[in-house]
Amino acid sequence: MRTKREEDTPLLDVRDLTTHFSLRGSFGGRLIGRDAGSVKAVDGVSFQLHHGEVLGLVGESGSGKTTLGRTILRLADATGGSIRLDGEEIAHLSESAFRPYRRRMQIVFQDPHASLNPAMDLLTAVGHPLVIHGLVKDKAALRVAVGDALERVGLAPVERFFDKYPSDLSGGQKQRAVLARAIILGPELLVADEPVSMLDMSVRAKILELMLKLKDELDLTYLYITHDLATAKFFCDRIAIMYLGRIVEIGPTASIFADPKHPYTVSLLRAIPDPDPDRTVPRDLPRGEVPDAVQPPLGCSFHPRCPRAFGRCGWESRDLADLFERRWTAMAEADYEHERATVGDLARIEAATTAATVPAGRGRTGEDVLELLATIRDADAAEPFWSGVREMTANGDHVDVTFTDGEDPSLRAAGDVEVACHLYEGATSA
Amino acid sequence: MASQLETPPVPSSPQELDDLAPMQRRRLGALRRMWAPMHDAKGMPKAIVWVGIGITVAFILMAIFATQIAPYAFDQYKTAEGVRFIKQQAPSAQHLFGTNVMSTDVLSRVIFGSRTAIEVVLLSLFVSMGIGLPLGLISGYHGGKLDRTLLVFMDAMLAFPSLLFAIVIAFLLSKTFGHGVVTAALAISIVYVPQYFRVVRNHVISIREESYVEAARAMGARPWTIMRRYVLQNVIQNVPIIATLNAADAILTLAALGFLGYGIQPTEAAEWGYDIQRAISDAGAGIWWTGLFPGLAIVLLVTGLTLVGEGLNDVLNPVIRKRPIEPVELPPREGAEAEPEPGDEDQT
Amino acid sequence: MNPPVLSVRDLRVWYGTARGAVRAVDGVSFDLTPGETLGLVGESGCGKSTLGRGLMGLLPEGTAIDGEIHYEDRDLLALPPKQQRSVRGPDIAMIFQEPMTRLDPLMRIDDHFAETLKTHEPDLSAQEIRTRSLEALGGMGIPPTRFRQYPHEFSGGMRQRIMIALALVLRPRVVIADEPTTALDVLVEAQILGILADLRRNFDTALLLITHNLGIVAEACDRVAVMYAGRIVEEGSSRDVFREPQHPYTQALLGSIISLSTTELRSIPGAPPDLSMPPPGCRFHPRCDQAMVVCADREPIEERPLPGRRVSCWRYGPDEEIPPGGTEPLVREEIAVADEA
Repeated sequence: MRTKREEDTPLLDVRDLTTHFSLRGSFGGRLIGRDAGSVKAVDGVSFQLHHGEVLGLVGESGSGKTTLGRTILRLADATGGSIRLDGEEIAHLSESAFRPYRRRMQIVFQDPHASLNPAMDLLTAVGHPLVIHGLVKDKAALRVAVGDALERVGLAPVERFFDKYPSDLSGGQKQRAVLARAIILGPELLVADEPVSMLDMSVRAKILELMLKLKDELDLTYLYITHDLATAKFFCDRIAIMYLGRIVEIGPTASIFADPKHPYTVSLLRAIPDPDPDRTVPRDLPRGEVPDAVQPPLGCSFHPRCPRAFGRCGWESRDLADLFERRWTAMAEADYEHERATVGDLARIEAATTAATVPAGRGRTGEDVLELLATIRDADAAEPFWSGVREMTANGDHVDVTFTDGEDPSLRAAGDVEVACHLYEGATSA
Repeated sequence: MASQLETPPVPSSPQELDDLAPMQRRRLGALRRMWAPMHDAKGMPKAIVWVGIGITVAFILMAIFATQIAPYAFDQYKTAEGVRFIKQQAPSAQHLFGTNVMSTDVLSRVIFGSRTAIEVVLLSLFVSMGIGLPLGLISGYHGGKLDRTLLVFMDAMLAFPSLLFAIVIAFLLSKTFGHGVVTAALAISIVYVPQYFRVVRNHVISIREESYVEAARAMGARPWTIMRRYVLQNVIQNVPIIATLNAADAILTLAALGFLGYGIQPTEAAEWGYDIQRAISDAGAGIWWTGLFPGLAIVLLVTGLTLVGEGLNDVLNPVIRKRPIEPVELPPREGAEAEPEPGDEDQT
Repeated sequence: MNPPVLSVRDLRVWYGTARGAVRAVDGVSFDLTPGETLGLVGESGCGKSTLGRGLMGLLPEGTAIDGEIHYEDRDLLALPPKQQRSVRGPDIAMIFQEPMTRLDPLMRIDDHFAETLKTHEPDLSAQEIRTRSLEALGGMGIPPTRFRQYPHEFSGGMRQRIMIALALVLRPRVVIADEPTTALDVLVEAQILGILADLRRNFDTALLLITHNLGIVAEACDRVAVMYAGRIVEEGSSRDVFREPQHPYTQALLGSIISLSTTELRSIPGAPPDLSMPPPGCRFHPRCDQAMVVCADREPIEERPLPGRRVSCWRYGPDEEIPPGGTEPLVREEIAVADEA
């Protein structure tokens, strides 16, 4: 039974969490001459997780969802922000101070084939957490506890499974064993990192069913990390959509799916392959790919790919470089060569700056470049990029382009969800 | 997925294993799991291992029972009655391998030499693994400055020609420990520490990011527990192979040390390398038995150890292990277009 | 209808293992017509990847292959290996699952293309090679400014697109794609599917898309063949198969998919069989809730219950082959909890 206090305090309260991986020590980085920088895997994330809830963290690779899960379990070190478990601050505790908390939160990994120690049989592997925390007196008690856990996850008769090694089990069975190991300490919070994405379709349902059953029987709270919106829709009460280390939209599952607000959410939903033969391949997908997390785009990190971006979204020099690339990819070779010669060293515009300097090619002037830019604009005036350009002036051998001021949107309320997007001017910031 | 095509480790009949008591079952199961690849190996790799094992065991037995087997003591140059042996006598009934320039029996020296060799090698294996393994484990698992420092250090040691290195160490140690088995063993062991360090460290690095190691951290296991039960147990398979190959190399290094005069003093123990060095001058005089037999002994033991090591590698290393492939017999087809085969062909 | 560009009959691929032969592919037949995409769908262990590799001649040592692979009225399997290679090379291309590991990290992209083109079309001039390469890359959305970069400078999705461009630059008639988007994110996957969809329209290439993802099959494939335990159990147009699956396995598989409209979780009891000792009769019968007595006894004969559809299931006859009493429901062994996947 929960006390009133427990009902009010969220089980997990994350504020402004950041996890940056510094590149400084990387030998490889130094070898290729890259500056010291850091991968901003998690870049300011805040949310609350209430008892008994299932919160989905949905995103593609590079979104930071896995790192976020690992940071909460202190498998990666937070570089800033706070994590409160039932009101107690745990983000910056020392490892030994944190160790008792580990009993209350566990993790299930993505690859069932790599999550079990190949050198341990199931009895030892599933029982090891109990041994580590000194919770069993003797072998007999261990067998009882492990047997109970294996029974719960459907690996029965348990006697047969005690001696099995991971290589004797199928993918689904391995994932069940991993779940058994995760629940045996009696945790309150279970972080599930893509628990079914490496399993066959017909096995996924079994494991998800099992997870739901465990949730009810053991009063668990889940943080469900996935890239698969379909399973998230089925499994989660609330969903947070992540992009490049930030939450861009968060709200109740039903609202997110019924009325997705952030353009990224919209495109994710449209791109889900659906076994409905009347659907065709979606065409208007966001262009490009998830950008580099070392130097994320200025302003809103989604703006280079967003079909609905406009002036405030934070335009920069690199967007101009992308513009050229897109244009030239679709051109015939001869035309490409001709236009390419007009512009000089492209490296000068590959910078994260709010003003661009476009050099002219050999034998060309700034005027030529300006003309090219005007041609490009005329060809497709609806391109969002142009709404961010304030002014273009030719100066001798280059063109100066200035952009409108951009701003990084923070999460703000829009209906019963929160969105980080300038299209939604909520009443207050979250 | 892949498990469909892999050999099930053990056992061949689950029923008989089920009959055993649980503890026995598990211990037996683990042993049989390790031994299983040997069962599967057929032909060359298996033969190689057995031949190598045979030779090595023969030498080990020789070493253990040296006092019983050898006709004389290793430094005995006269009979019990005090009659001095004839020096440089050709092989004869009393001296099956002849005598050398010091009037000692070659056969006995070869036999006692094997004791020396085995002692030195075992001791040096023990020491170098005892230093190299834990260092590699800790260095690989923790990374960071410690790892970088140790790596530079170990790489520097590896860059040194091993024989020269051994000579230097032997020379330095001889001041404290004299010129016996201990000095030689320590000198050799230091030379091989970097090898164990590297092999273990690299393997540790490759598995340290695996999910099951992270899961161990998530459980709350302490670093030493993780290193011991999650990392070391999975890394240890390569070590016996490296150990046998190092042992072979160690024999050669010991002999070389003895040959060059930096090894074991003749008064301390019999040593093949030293004997060969003394036999150089005999060769010109047509005295072949003083050099041949110690030399043969070296060659045989080194070959035996190498065969064991390489053979084990072929058998155990999953990357190059060749599974025994039964030639597949496809039963003939029935007619043409999309017709199913008869449902009951026999299994191969 | 166009004559098929690739015609497979009774293909069998058996692996040798210590336990005996594993019948990874055990009697598969299908046709591929130009401009068509056939989705070969199934779960792990059903043999679909083995089938793809068997068609390409990429099987490991110790594998036995049997049957007929007709490419342009020549049976590839009847040709000596060297001739097989020269036919397969330029005309049948393969796209693999892991684009990260299939490109040579020490070669620039333009060198990759040059090597491919020079090997199979040695008469091309350097300029022609460049034009063809840029054209292929441009079609994949790779900007010409990055033509001289190394594979590691591209993201996973771009590398897969480069792989596809490499496969297509020789204008093959058949492309076999083995799980081309499994390792990629959903948005990149959609982009690549769009590209593959354009392919069949613009170049009349026949595409065999091997995957376990039924969603992409529904969107990107004209026809679908469902594989189970080394056999094709159902085949037809993807629209029809998804609307009205005939084979119990197809029905169960479609039922177990979790999509945006899923309200209830459904799975298939048990696990796929061990292919070194497949069950007698129909291989799906131990898990089938519609199994009849005959299903445990004799292998089903392929029937065509609907136009354009092939199904291997006793529920669709032929009735004259079923012994009396064979249509009674089969009393199956209870699937032990321990045998669940």
